Amino acid sequence: MNEWPLWEIFIRSKNGLSHKHVGSLHATDEEMAMQNARDVYTRRSEGISIWVVESKHISASDPDEGESLFDPANDKVYRHPTFYNLPDELKHM
Amino acid sequence: MEKNLEEIFQAKIDREEKIEPKDWMPDAYRKTLVRQISQHAHSEIIGMLPEGNWITRAPTLRRKVALMAKVQDEAGHGLYLYSAAETLGVDRVELFEQLNSGKAKYSSIFNYPTLSWADIGSVGWLVDGAAIMNQVPLCRCSYGPYARAMVRVCKEESFHQRQGFEILLNLSKGSQAQKDMLQESVNRWWWPAMMMFGPADGDSPNTQQSMKWKIKRFTNDDLRQKFVDVAYEQAKVLNVTLPDPDIKWNEERGHYDYGVINWDEFWNVVKGNGPCNKERLAARNKAWDEGQWVREAALAHAEKRANRKSKKVA
Ligand SMILES: [Fe+2]
Ligand SMILES: [Fe+2]
Repeated sequence: MNEWPLWEIFIRSKNGLSHKHVGSLHATDEEMAMQNARDVYTRRSEGISIWVVESKHISASDPDEGESLFDPANDKVYRHPTFYNLPDELKHM
Repeated sequence: MEKNLEEIFQAKIDREEKIEPKDWMPDAYRKTLVRQISQHAHSEIIGMLPEGNWITRAPTLRRKVALMAKVQDEAGHGLYLYSAAETLGVDRVELFEQLNSGKAKYSSIFNYPTLSWADIGSVGWLVDGAAIMNQVPLCRCSYGPYARAMVRVCKEESFHQRQGFEILLNLSKGSQAQKDMLQESVNRWWWPAMMMFGPADGDSPNTQQSMKWKIKRFTNDDLRQKFVDVAYEQAKVLNVTLPDPDIKWNEERGHYDYGVINWDEFWNVVKGNGPCNKERLAARNKAWDEGQWVREAALAHAEKRANRKSKKVA
C-alpha cells in the first residue's frame, strides 16, 4: 500500500503570535490533514489557527553548511546596538 | 574522519545541545533511538486495548468521558512518537508491520488483563504513574524531536494518573466489596508496574551507552526507587497495602527498601507468554486488516478530488 503523505503542522496559539511548528502527521489530502491536526494537536485549546504543509514542499538548510551560511553574521557586531559608544548621561536610548 | 565526527557529536551532547534530524549522528545512536521511540509508540497504541475494554462499562458518564479522553490521548501519544521516529528515516507502515508481526516489542504491562473496574483506577495510578516517572526525564533527551514529543505527552499524562487515583479513592471510601476490589486490583498490578522500569541495572547492558548519549538520564533502578518512594506514600491515602512484605523505610539510604522482583515472570511476558500477548496482537492485526479498505479508499478519494481540481484549472 502507498503510504499517506506526511504533513507538517503549524499552530497559532493566540492572535498576536506566529504559527509554530508542533509536529507532523499522515493524511491523504489537506482537508484530512487539517481535521487530524485539530484532533491531535488542539485537543486542549492549544490553538486558534492551523497551517498544514505537505512535508515534501519544505526545503531545509543543510546543517553541514551551517558555518558558511551563518558565519557572515558573526563578524558584523556593528549590527548590534551595544557596538556604539554613547555617554552614560544619555538615558533611554 | 568518522572518529572526528563522533567526537564532535559527543561534545555537542556533553554541552547539552540537542541533535536534530538532519545533523550527523552515529548509526548506533540512530538505531537505538528508532528502537526505543518505536517501542514507546507501540506501547501507547497497545496500551489503549486494556482500557478500551472498560469504556462501555464505565459506571458513570463522568467516568466514561474521562476514560474516552484518556484513551484518545494515548492514540495521540502513539502518533507523536511515530512522527518522531519518522524523522530518523523509517516509515510508519514499516513500524506498524514490525508491531503486527510480533517482531517489535512494547511495554509488557499491557499484556496483563483489566478484570475489574478497579483495574482502570490501578492502571491510571500505577501504570501511568510509572510511565510518568520514565517519561519526565525523556523531555530532556538529546534527540530534539523525541524530547519535544515527550513534553506534549507529559503535559497530558498528569490527568491520566489523577483520574485513576480518583477512581481508587472513591472505591476506598465505598462498601467493603469496593474496598476488596481495590485491594485485589492493587495486588495484581503492583509487581507488573515495578517491572515497567526494565531489568535491574546489572542486567541492562545498553544503559551506560544511552546515558552517555543522554537519551536516558537515570538508570532503571533509580527510576524504580523513585516510583516506590512516591507510591508508598500514595498507597496510604488509599488505605491499601502494597503486596510486598519487604517494603520498609531505610533511614540510612533515605529510601524505601523493597522485595525481590520476579524476573522469570518479566522475561516470560517479554517473550510472548504473558496472559494477554496473543490477544493484544490479534486485536492489533484485526484493526489493521479491517482498516485496509478505508486507507485505500481515502487515498483513492483524495486522488479523484485532486484530478477534478486540476481539470478545472486546465
Ligand atoms: Fe501515554
Ligand atoms: Fe497515559
